[in-house]
Amino acid sequence: MTAAPLEATADRPRKIVVRRTAADQAYRWTTRVAACTVLALLGAIGVYLLRRGWDAIDSAGWSFLTEDRWQPARGTFGVKGLLVGTTLVAVTALIVAVPIALTGALFITEFAPRRVRRTLTSLVDLMAAVPSIVYGLFGFFLLQPQLIPVSRWLAEHFGFVPVFKVHKLEGSSRYADGQFASSLFIAGVVVACMVIPICCAVMREVFSQAPQGEKEGALALGATRWGVIRSVVLPFGRGGIIGGTMLGLGRALGETIAVAIILSFNTGFTIRVLEGNGSTISTLIILKFGESDPFSLSALMAAGLALFVMTLIVNVVAGLVIARSRNGAATEI
Amino acid sequence: MNVIAPPAAPPPAVAAPAPTPAPQERRVALRGVPREELGVAAAALLAGAAFAWVLYGRILPTSGWQGYLITAYVSFLALYGFSIQLRRNAVEARDRVATAVITTGIAALLGTVGTVIVYIFVRGSGSLDADFFTETQEYFGALSGPDVAVGAAHAIVGTLEQVALATLMTVPLGVATAVYLNEVRGRLAQVVRVVVEAMSALPSVVAGLFVFAVVIVGFGQNRSGFAASLALGIMMLPIVTRTTEVVLRLVPGGLREASLALGASELRTLWHVVLPTARSGLGTAVILGVARAVGETSPVLLVAGGSTRMNWNPFEGEQESLVYFIWRNIKSPSDRLNSLAFGGAVALVGIVLSLFVLTRLLARAPGELSRRQKRRIAREAAAAGPSRPSPS
Repeated sequence: MTAAPLEATADRPRKIVVRRTAADQAYRWTTRVAACTVLALLGAIGVYLLRRGWDAIDSAGWSFLTEDRWQPARGTFGVKGLLVGTTLVAVTALIVAVPIALTGALFITEFAPRRVRRTLTSLVDLMAAVPSIVYGLFGFFLLQPQLIPVSRWLAEHFGFVPVFKVHKLEGSSRYADGQFASSLFIAGVVVACMVIPICCAVMREVFSQAPQGEKEGALALGATRWGVIRSVVLPFGRGGIIGGTMLGLGRALGETIAVAIILSFNTGFTIRVLEGNGSTISTLIILKFGESDPFSLSALMAAGLALFVMTLIVNVVAGLVIARSRNGAATEI
Repeated sequence: MNVIAPPAAPPPAVAAPAPTPAPQERRVALRGVPREELGVAAAALLAGAAFAWVLYGRILPTSGWQGYLITAYVSFLALYGFSIQLRRNAVEARDRVATAVITTGIAALLGTVGTVIVYIFVRGSGSLDADFFTETQEYFGALSGPDVAVGAAHAIVGTLEQVALATLMTVPLGVATAVYLNEVRGRLAQVVRVVVEAMSALPSVVAGLFVFAVVIVGFGQNRSGFAASLALGIMMLPIVTRTTEVVLRLVPGGLREASLALGASELRTLWHVVLPTARSGLGTAVILGVARAVGETSPVLLVAGGSTRMNWNPFEGEQESLVYFIWRNIKSPSDRLNSLAFGGAVALVGIVLSLFVLTRLLARAPGELSRRQKRRIAREAAAAGPSRPSPS
């Protein structure tokens, strides 16, 4: 059969005009309004905190970032100690959490049988959904007594590192153990429990998208399973590892209740993570908001703004890193 | 990699002129550990434990189970790798050690979540008696005698009302936003997606502070359960939106196009095709949001006020919730209140756990049939006669 010759001019695609009904227009506008509401909400959070906190920032100036006492009634207040405390808790949490999350994600994607994989995934999700106050109780009553000997060991053997230094090392006794309680280190380990599932979920998602062909190619060339992981899965998932770690960092920076249960509140500047000193911004807000004096409140809003900006930057960067490492529309048929 | 030699290859049925014999097929087992290697692993574990006992318990002047565990683990890895290297080669030894480390990671993860849940249940389930669900804390102080009834009924009511209000406000907004992101795909979609992503890790204390600034300082309202539900809604919104968006993305594009090609309008396609296909996923999205909101503590502490009395009205007056109840009583000097706080934690974990069982039951890919639907189709197919192929 021969095809009839087509005229070249008839081959132009016709122009498609979409005429939407009124109901469709209304539907489009409704969703548009909803999306704009979400945008406006995040904007409003920033603007409101800035507006309410402006009095305090204005009167404190740069000393807001360099002062470590918190006495708004006397006009001296700043978040230097709290910023450092927040960072130290978050970094401790990441050091504990990332290896566990990474190996957990690798196990789920590369080792677990298909049926077990779904159960493990939902167990990790469950770990993320356990309320942080429950982790706080767990950390304070169960974990802290077990971690104090670890703190002591670190202080005895690595005391020359400034971070692990303690004021004065007492002999081992129940009384002397008190100096290691309520420390940034213990708070960080508890926060790690909350960071693990978040990191693990992101890493698992990215690892599971590692190209199957390349994995099979590596196997065909005689690689072991670890060889496949090292040469295909990890290089492919690098963005996910970095992004997941940063998302975990964002969560760790903002963690409040578990930290507030464990730390003894104290705004002083310290980098010694093993001593019961130092605190975080979120703890400050939750413990001090009862002071109803408007200027103190403004100072708290300013501290909240600092936390907000910090987590926002970390999360947006993490989101960009993750978005670059995966293609979302891969499931479209 | 474990290589298993097959049983003797079957002889060729026809004497074909094959100049070279076909290369022997070798099956490569990717999963599972063969029996003899389990023995090696167990032996290495035992040897590691024994070695650590000698080194750590007898030679070095140290004590404590934490250090013993680490020493034992490191010596296990070294011995295991070494014995594999003796039996096979260095490449396989590295593979085995990495497998052991990765398995340890998942064990630590599961161990943590298991320990948390078991510990809370062991400490707290004793105080979950009838009083816990029917009494309030109104007449109980730290110095009250044992005959004063005390419970968490007021906190349970508060939690239920606040979470329900937050769900009512958040779910329509979150689903509509997800529809915008995935179905309408407007110009703002990319921006909104980044913003939702950023909001999902918004510190809860900042959300609480925001609601405090707007509702309580700005509009001069008193603290109430409604203010708390606003803050909980802010925390739920990104979860509902993101989960819904992922689920909508899984709806096959062919279904949408078929509906549109048949002349249905966009709204009808959404309402009769897309949303029903994604129904179970939408349920999951709502449940995940609720699970997050139930346990969110810091915004509630900031704006709900908290009260030891029963308050049925979330719009008026201060209201307690389970998280507030735990926070208040864990710091109390009274042992009875402390164990009540653990009881509250059990209730909280119980709610989250049952919500998760629900998501597991709902978890199906969109379009996938439930067991009951499959049975019905099979029944109808059987009734229609054996000539039709059964749709499975």
